[in-house]
Amino acid sequence: MTASIATNQTILVVGGGIAGMTAALEAAECGKQVILAEKTPTLGGRTSLLYRYFPKMCHPTCGLEINLKRIRGNPNVRVMTMTEVAAVSGSRGDYSVTLKIRPRYVNENCTACGDCGKAVAAEVPNVANYGLDKTKAAYLPHGMAYPQRYVIDPSIVGTPEGEKAKAACKVGAVDLGMQEETVELKVGSVVWATGWRPYDANKIQPYGYDRYANVITSLEFERLADPRGPTGGKLLRPGDGKEAKNIAFIQCAGSRDENHLRHCSRICCMATLKQTQYVREALGDEGKSTVYYIDIRAIDRFEDFYQNVQKDPTVSFVKSKVARIAENDQNGNPVLHGVDTEGYQRYATEHDLVVLAVGMEPEVTGVKLPDDILLDSSNFIEGSKSGGMFGAGSAASPLDVNRAVQSATAASLKAIQVIHKTAATEAAI
Amino acid sequence: MTTANQNAVARYKNSFLKEVEANVEDGHMVKMCMQCGVCAGSCPLGNAWEHSPQKLFMMIRAGKRDEVLKSDSMWMCTSCYNCISRCPRKLPITHIMHGLANYAYRLGIAPQGQPTQGVARMFWDNLAKTGRINELKFAIDLYFKDGLASGMQVVWNMKEDVLGLVKANRLNLLELFSAHECQDKIGIQKMLAKAREIEDRRKGFTQ
Repeated sequence: MTASIATNQTILVVGGGIAGMTAALEAAECGKQVILAEKTPTLGGRTSLLYRYFPKMCHPTCGLEINLKRIRGNPNVRVMTMTEVAAVSGSRGDYSVTLKIRPRYVNENCTACGDCGKAVAAEVPNVANYGLDKTKAAYLPHGMAYPQRYVIDPSIVGTPEGEKAKAACKVGAVDLGMQEETVELKVGSVVWATGWRPYDANKIQPYGYDRYANVITSLEFERLADPRGPTGGKLLRPGDGKEAKNIAFIQCAGSRDENHLRHCSRICCMATLKQTQYVREALGDEGKSTVYYIDIRAIDRFEDFYQNVQKDPTVSFVKSKVARIAENDQNGNPVLHGVDTEGYQRYATEHDLVVLAVGMEPEVTGVKLPDDILLDSSNFIEGSKSGGMFGAGSAASPLDVNRAVQSATAASLKAIQVIHKTAATEAAI
Repeated sequence: MTTANQNAVARYKNSFLKEVEANVEDGHMVKMCMQCGVCAGSCPLGNAWEHSPQKLFMMIRAGKRDEVLKSDSMWMCTSCYNCISRCPRKLPITHIMHGLANYAYRLGIAPQGQPTQGVARMFWDNLAKTGRINELKFAIDLYFKDGLASGMQVVWNMKEDVLGLVKANRLNLLELFSAHECQDKIGIQKMLAKAREIEDRRKGFTQ
């Protein structure tokens, strides 16, 4: 792609998760030129790593599939994967952006046949399963990856392993000589759909995520429940591979806490209520979920979902923020200590597995953003001083998939308005 | 019931929370508690408390004045500050516990014979006299608080430590007769008396 293709009537969408895809598509379907830049090798973001959505308990395949089909069919969107924004300068209607494209070492000839993956022996942590297992160093990010094209991990480039991958490819797709590229573009408006990341559970010292194998995060639990995940959908705990039947969920793990994230991450209550139903799905009446909470915030219209889960006899609720977790060294079970607010009883309860409903932190936390961008106290993007850049999805606020899509549509419309104004000014000149 | 207590009851009738806000150190933070229970669960002496801090806060808001002020729970606090460092709302729980204890004591309704209270009183009297703590006198007061016989027993049990401290120049036995004190100890005593007078007036402790 060359700089001449983009003009100041082009919209740059940063981030190819559900919000970024939506923002890009809404603008493209209105006839605007859009560049969709994604940092990882595939679109779909964290949404594609969920097992099911709430409240309908459908699989993300469904929603993403529709968006991927729209992207494939729309010539106005140009998707750039493994691309990061290195710099943005200028103001509303007239931005210069510098994009850095990391090498994939696989070109567009790739048919995703998988021969390179079979040929290579080296393994790397599997990002798609939050590092719970490993994948070959020549890999397809995950089943729903778009583009459906393999990636060669930089660690094997220049080694005999890399040569094996190249030799195995029948279509000449492996190109180990690829270099990092830098592209300069003009764009009129930027939509930041840079998404979120789970709050680092290691920082919640009393919960011992770093010390106890059977304390995991809610995102790791999504992967355990998923048939495409590291355990094939069985709820096997990482400590000893035993099936976890008595599972504790700890809410506000890092959220609503002046020592960690100040904000309520909003999605975690619904995510946990949803995950109790994974336990029921996997184990039936044998499974047992216990939710430790301060208060359940089932974001208004999902109150009925909460009520249905309350009726489920395999799910119980304890109104208490767990104070600390210890480990029973006989069996590796985590033991939860705290005081129950309803009755002020002290408890020390043992579970097979603890799932921390970790909070949402903006992915851009700690990243130097353009001066034009305005952030709130939790680093969510509020907008820009000159009004030409917008936050969308969970980059702008802690949102579930549904609301991220709404937020992205809104941001897209604002970006379209910027482009219309730019076009009108240019026509007048 | 003491006069100060009767006055306080009359002034804040029906709102113990307002009374706490006005008179207890950091009492205005009590309403910030969201009842998560982390303070109670994090307290290393939690088992010894009849009412945990979280429960005390709820009792204050529920107007359970006597149950709170006459309780010995807040006297159990050892100022380890674990609750403050863990509290998701950064409530100064330790300070509020001491504030409640102090307020109950000043009203004259704190539980009698509570050991922490006795030690605190001993420490204060020792300190307020000269502006400096006389460690030797404090130790003797503490060890002999239950009488001569049990005091001698404690001293006997600790004779190695006492001798060690004396040898290392960490304890001067002459302090029993001539303690080191602040230069202007009369000034300090006046200052403390004035502070007391202002507090008494402001909080209605004046008899």
